[in-house]
Amino acid sequence: MAKVEQKIVPLNGDNAVAYAVKQCDVDVVAAYPITPQTIIVEKFSEYVADGEVDTNFVCVESEHSAMTCCITASATGARTFTATASAGLALMHEMLGVASGCRTPVVMSVVNRALSAPINIHCDHSDAMCERDIGWIQQYAENSQEAYDSIIQAFRIAENLDVTLPTMVGLDGFVLSHTLENVSVLPDEAVKNFVGTRQVPMVMNHQGKLVPFKLDPENPLTIGPLDLQDYYFEHKRQQEESMRKALDVIKQVHDEYAEQSGRSYGNGLVEAYRLDDAEIATICMGSTAGTVKTVVDELRENGVKAGLLRMRTFRPLPVEDIVSNLSGKKSVAVMDRACSFGGNGGPMFHEIRHTFYDVPERPKLVNYIYGLGGRDTPPYMIDGIYKELQKIAETGEIEKTVQFIGLRE
Amino acid sequence: MSQWKFTSKEFAQTPEKFLSGHRACAGCGPAIALRLVMKAARGPIIATNSTGCMEVVSTIYPYTAWKIPWIHTAFETAAANAAGIESALKILRKKGRIKDEHVDVVAFAGDGGTFDIGFQGLSGAVERGHDFLYVLYDNEAYMNTGIQRSGGTPHGAWTTTSPAGKVIPGKAEYKKPIADIMVAHHMPYVATASISHWKDMVVKARKGMEVNGPAFMHAFAPCPRGWRSETAKSVEIARLAVETCVFPLWEAEYGEYKLSAPSKVIALKPERKKPVEVYLKTQGRFRHIFKPENRQVLEDIQKEVDRRWKKLLKDCEIA
Repeated sequence: MAKVEQKIVPLNGDNAVAYAVKQCDVDVVAAYPITPQTIIVEKFSEYVADGEVDTNFVCVESEHSAMTCCITASATGARTFTATASAGLALMHEMLGVASGCRTPVVMSVVNRALSAPINIHCDHSDAMCERDIGWIQQYAENSQEAYDSIIQAFRIAENLDVTLPTMVGLDGFVLSHTLENVSVLPDEAVKNFVGTRQVPMVMNHQGKLVPFKLDPENPLTIGPLDLQDYYFEHKRQQEESMRKALDVIKQVHDEYAEQSGRSYGNGLVEAYRLDDAEIATICMGSTAGTVKTVVDELRENGVKAGLLRMRTFRPLPVEDIVSNLSGKKSVAVMDRACSFGGNGGPMFHEIRHTFYDVPERPKLVNYIYGLGGRDTPPYMIDGIYKELQKIAETGEIEKTVQFIGLRE
Repeated sequence: MSQWKFTSKEFAQTPEKFLSGHRACAGCGPAIALRLVMKAARGPIIATNSTGCMEVVSTIYPYTAWKIPWIHTAFETAAANAAGIESALKILRKKGRIKDEHVDVVAFAGDGGTFDIGFQGLSGAVERGHDFLYVLYDNEAYMNTGIQRSGGTPHGAWTTTSPAGKVIPGKAEYKKPIADIMVAHHMPYVATASISHWKDMVVKARKGMEVNGPAFMHAFAPCPRGWRSETAKSVEIARLAVETCVFPLWEAEYGEYKLSAPSKVIALKPERKKPVEVYLKTQGRFRHIFKPENRQVLEDIQKEVDRRWKKLLKDCEIA
């Protein structure tokens, strides 16, 4: 498919998400405002009020009901979307597991924000990290352009019949959500064709007949039943299997979209930046990657073989891509914008470090917990991390495996 | 409002949508309520349940007692479930993606899922005006978890979290007037109903489906396990609740209260109003209040029933 003509629109991250949702022919949006996601809900309300979308917008009384409405609307066959952040995501927690367990492909943007207490409206990833095991596909955008592109892809990924899992796209609160950026947008028709109409899988009903998996008076199904010791485990296993299948689907959808838009983000799962001949590298997610890339470029100019692996997809975890990109590196720093209190490092560090346990060519691995509550992440701080990595690469010695960076201690 | 007329024979012949073979206890009031409401369906219908007895007994995978599409998500979500279904049906119908016909949406939830944990979602869904019927099957405690008090448990009742102790004789608080609270939402239709008056109940269920917008039914449904009552007497006990005015039957269209026939008879002939003892005595959960030292509780219950009845008569512009 040929690349399509696009126009450049100045959009902040939230508006970029709303714009994408407007183009995706979403049937039901149920949402509740929370900083820094509010602009998405406001903008979408305008689209509805101006008749620019054919969407039933349900302005619910809580995030809990937002997710619930999305689940049952999705189970009725609708394409659904919601957006939230921080406390809103935490309030949804119970229903997130229901969404994945009921196999409803809800798409949600999470404008990543710190969790209370103390209350803080700025960016970190602690909200979404608390939901990493809840059965949702998780992606994180580096900039508003990617937020726009990822939302469009998310509908195709979530609704893919081999996947049928809810999908969340993270974008960093304020850093992206409230920052104006030139975003290339596809024509409405191109997006509409790309996402298509929501399809539902066929399942066997209790009479052994194949019927569409939705609430349909002509083909009644009981969805969300009590499921005990004799079947629950199998159903959970199926969920995990679909998560595995999502790895390929994410890549396929990403590639197909790249053909039309001319934009790609690594292979859709991870983005390797100047990694091929790198000796030292960091791993991070979200907007921080932009800063890291600048630092890597400077280091390269000075002859330092530095690189970056950006995790675009965190769930399902792209194990093979992590290993193939980082095996043989001398030292690698995992940058966590969340804290796993009482754990051995941040949540991403757990994942990356255990991924390398059986890899003979594993690099020395250290962890930096940074930027909680929106604390700025300036280039000099990242430069400091690379200096540490150089030292580890030279000596083979790790002084401290887990460190907090950019704060008073 | 409903022009639905039927004979008992015709009603008996209407197809069942909530089927036998479910695992409800003998004498289960809520199961009777569900069956009656579902038999009032006027066409295609989708049902949803909050977590609770009725969800558990009707759907243990891979079996189901539901002959219609049905979904359960969580405990506090019956109303939001219905809101999502209704919102999807509306837009999918508009877009021509489903058959062009009206589909009724009915949400079932117990007293725990309605008076307590699900109240926010219910209030929100009603405020937004979704077109659905919400049926509260009230067995006056958290029976699915083993008889714990709810906002719907009456004063003096024993439950495992309001035990009849040496110092505190059962539940100290009075029942939350949930149906009145729903009337205060200025919603199109609110009704109380009892499994003892099945015809009244099914007509009200049909009305609730027919109105355009949200409808709320408060269905009184005894639980022999939790009430410590005889399994064969659930319907009889429900009838006594109506006859003692513990649970009067009425309906309200856009806030206009109207007594239903079984309670109107009592309003017009007050001598027919039975004392609360005859109702309370049928249930072990009230046994302790008949001890001489708890006499005050009994008197207080009667006083509160009388006060609420008087207020209802005023609301209905009777007396």
